[in-house]
Amino acid sequence: MMGRTMFIDPGRCIGCQACVSACRECDSHRGKSMIHLDYTDEGSSVASLPTVCMHCEDPVAPCAEVCPADAILVTADGVVQQADTTRCIGCANCVNACPFGVPKIDLQAKLQMKCNLCYDRTAYGLAPMCATVCPTGALYYGTVEELQAERPGVQVADTFVFGESEVRTGVAMVVPAERVQWPVPGGLPVVEINGKDVRR
Amino acid sequence: MTADPRAADGRTIVPLDPSLAPPGTRGFRDAGGIPADQWHADQNGETLVPTHCCFCGVQCGMYLRVDRGGKVFGVEPRNHDINRMRLCPKGINAYQQVNHPDRLTAPLMRRSRDEELREVSWEEALEFTVSEIRRIQQEHGRDAFGVLGGASLFSEKTYLVGKFARVALKTRHVDYNGRLCMVSAAGANKLAFNIDRAGNPFSDILLTDCLLLAGANVGECFPVLTQYVWGARDRGATLIVVDPRETAVARTADIHVALKSGTDSAFFNAVLNVIIEEGLTDEAYLAAHATGWEEVKANVAQYPPSRAAEICGIPAEQVVQVARAFARAPKAMAFHARGIEHHTQGVENCLTVINLCTATGHIGKPGAGYGTLTGQGNGQGGREHGQKADLLPGGRSILNEEHRRQICEIWGIEESELPAAGTSMMEMVWQMQRQEIRGLIGICNNPFVSLPNYAVVKEGYDTTEFHAQFDFFLSETAANAHVVFPVTIWAEDEGVMANAEARVVKHNKAQEPPSGVRTDTWVMCEIARRLGEGDKFAFGSSREVFDELRRASAGTIIDYSGITYERLEETGGISWPCPSTDHPGTPRLFEDGTTYHADGKIHMQVVEWHPPADPYDAEHPMTLTTGRTVAHFLSGNQTRRLGALVEQTPRPWAEVHPSHGFHNGEPVRVVTRRGSEVFPALVTEAIRPDTVFIPYHWPVPTAANALTIDALDPRSKIPEYKVCACRIEHAEAIDEVPAPPVAPGHVAYPETQVSRTDPLPPTAPQGRGTSERS
Ligand code: SF4
Ligand code: SF4
Repeated sequence: MMGRTMFIDPGRCIGCQACVSACRECDSHRGKSMIHLDYTDEGSSVASLPTVCMHCEDPVAPCAEVCPADAILVTADGVVQQADTTRCIGCANCVNACPFGVPKIDLQAKLQMKCNLCYDRTAYGLAPMCATVCPTGALYYGTVEELQAERPGVQVADTFVFGESEVRTGVAMVVPAERVQWPVPGGLPVVEINGKDVRR
Repeated sequence: MTADPRAADGRTIVPLDPSLAPPGTRGFRDAGGIPADQWHADQNGETLVPTHCCFCGVQCGMYLRVDRGGKVFGVEPRNHDINRMRLCPKGINAYQQVNHPDRLTAPLMRRSRDEELREVSWEEALEFTVSEIRRIQQEHGRDAFGVLGGASLFSEKTYLVGKFARVALKTRHVDYNGRLCMVSAAGANKLAFNIDRAGNPFSDILLTDCLLLAGANVGECFPVLTQYVWGARDRGATLIVVDPRETAVARTADIHVALKSGTDSAFFNAVLNVIIEEGLTDEAYLAAHATGWEEVKANVAQYPPSRAAEICGIPAEQVVQVARAFARAPKAMAFHARGIEHHTQGVENCLTVINLCTATGHIGKPGAGYGTLTGQGNGQGGREHGQKADLLPGGRSILNEEHRRQICEIWGIEESELPAAGTSMMEMVWQMQRQEIRGLIGICNNPFVSLPNYAVVKEGYDTTEFHAQFDFFLSETAANAHVVFPVTIWAEDEGVMANAEARVVKHNKAQEPPSGVRTDTWVMCEIARRLGEGDKFAFGSSREVFDELRRASAGTIIDYSGITYERLEETGGISWPCPSTDHPGTPRLFEDGTTYHADGKIHMQVVEWHPPADPYDAEHPMTLTTGRTVAHFLSGNQTRRLGALVEQTPRPWAEVHPSHGFHNGEPVRVVTRRGSEVFPALVTEAIRPDTVFIPYHWPVPTAANALTIDALDPRSKIPEYKVCACRIEHAEAIDEVPAPPVAPGHVAYPETQVSRTDPLPPTAPQGRGTSERS
């Protein structure tokens, strides 16, 4: 995507859950939040990390790829939509396919729900609810140029490594400047995965 | 103020044809989300009413979404100068209070505390209240009746509280819950500058080279300000955080001074010592603009870094690092909050920070100055116009004859009729215990949760012969009252608040109050009328009160006379002093170097560190400190009813260091000289090993304030919430940890179930736990 998109900067997150509350207020899935907020190193730090749908580009949306009912639409502008309610059978294939753990299943309704980048807002030029309210800018919506103009020297990555596989996403993550030339491993900014230095 | 960067490039998102909007969506707004014509309805018939958050002193702008039936049903971010669309979880959920099933919609009453509260007519409630006021004042004198106000009220109402107490009830006993908030900073600012407000607007944070946050948990208490802090950091500013806990902002600080609670003045004295030793003072500035410098200099010589290291329990090098970073920065700013203010030397702590700013010349410039972050929405405005025991409108002193005369003229009473100064909130409770105060009206406050030493507070209120409370929810304190008046919530009336920058902002009315509910203004005026003072309380609206307030403040330092509702709506807020309608207001103080003292100088003050009031001993070797969590506001009367916030943080916890051998979620008993309570442990390295932290938003049996001490700062009379001696023990069983006191009527959100789960152990306290994967 990398037009106007979401940028995630865990270094700024204060774990306030404004994004979670805002997501609940969003009209496209009102009352339910589609954001994961993780406290990554509990007990030794107050660090926290929000995850929204990463809108995978390459391979194109694993969740949509595995959906047997063709319920997950990817729009021309790269937004991976939540399941079409008239098609979704609630099988949870998407949940298992997603490398970032994003889609949720409402077991009663047999329906998948996920972040669809507030398509009802972004289609009209507004930022998604979570990035609009995030008090710290840990979730930021705009172009990479806008981000860099506001935060001099900021570097982003949109490629993640899971073992042998790489996933390129429409949503990018702010990474330490010295690490920008390498993919971000496993969705979290660590250097090693299973004892292997993924920078090599 | 820099504009929202997402709109600052001149880009306008051209609104699409509304007919192209997908069915069921909300239509469009412009790039910033603000329709130019503000009161705007989209194609769904929804109206957006511009207003501000009712909670903290940031006063974020927001729209309330109002449906065709005139009911508030949601929130939409608003590109106001202060918050530029951002909101914290409290702000996002605030609208849910408005039509909450727990709203009080009829007066409640009982003639004695043995009876249950029952719904009565307004006539019966008012009649009983007025007869009790008359009875108590006839039997025991006028001062036997007291009034306690609140700093979440609009300024019009806080003005009216002061006038109501002194003119209608003719009592000297009036104070407010801002007494528990930033009065220490107010006292220090008056001493140093003779003006009680922050020196700089928030936007100056973006211009500074060094930001010192002292006892200010910005991430949880003023979350939207974090954007300014990060903005400063993006531009290379050094961030210094002084806090016993590693808060979310401290985590990213260049220097985090994790000092022992209650030792702040020793630390700041030592920092100034190093600044002097290293020749980093701004002598030219001091010579031109300060008095008392020689005395301060001589005093801080007693505080070398080694002494601070010993008192504060920190490495001496940190003192040097902070001194160099702050003094060498071309522009530096210091913000403090309750962390250094909630002490028996709260005023002195603030004075040591002011001394630092003064000695380095970091005052009165863009990006250089000082400020206090107010916890309550109208923490600043709530104390400006006469709600405080010793103050008259415009910050005039009730002890000053000239000031008394001026106000009596406006109020139309004889000077001899105006009562003397009263006592502070905690002192009033002690007087209630001693039956010196026998009747009380509380207006939108909840001392049963928010005052220290709960046992004393409960006894004080229980001893009181008559107690009436104004509120929109039945708070723990209202449940103790004889009469509860159901009053409007913020979205049902208009009025102004002054935020932590002293920027006056206007709140607008978004819906009509439920039938049976009246405005606080109406109730006070009606009681006054029945007491025979109706001619002085002939106010039909907030606007009429505001016009009198403007006149009453004219010519004072806290001058509102140039501020009108219309100007506030046009400008998005005006900082006082604003002496005329063509005056732009005063966002930054002292730009010409002069303060509001007669000599125009900053009066530096000598501060000696002294230990906290509650001494440590073998039984109580640790420090208990209290504070807030991001999901809740003050006594929790409002936020403990909102589903999302309750789920985010359903209960308090005791934060302890791993060295004590607790497991996460294990019951820990915290014992102070006031009592003991059991909490689930939150084990974290983010706190000093000698300190335990409990958030205070809950009532007994998990009330932090059942344990804290009711010792007061001798000048500001603020309680010492931030430090008391305690010990922690393993409690026997998890069932000793009482169930979280969820307020009735809390509406839970049905959370989507998730197949991919990795939940924390069920005992882990929420708030710092994994949020969305249960
Ligand atoms: S709103 Fe922003 S700062 Fe708060 S938890 Fe979400 S991402 Fe983090
Ligand atoms: S509580 Fe404070 S920071 Fe949060 S939205 Fe309200 S005014 Fe803004």
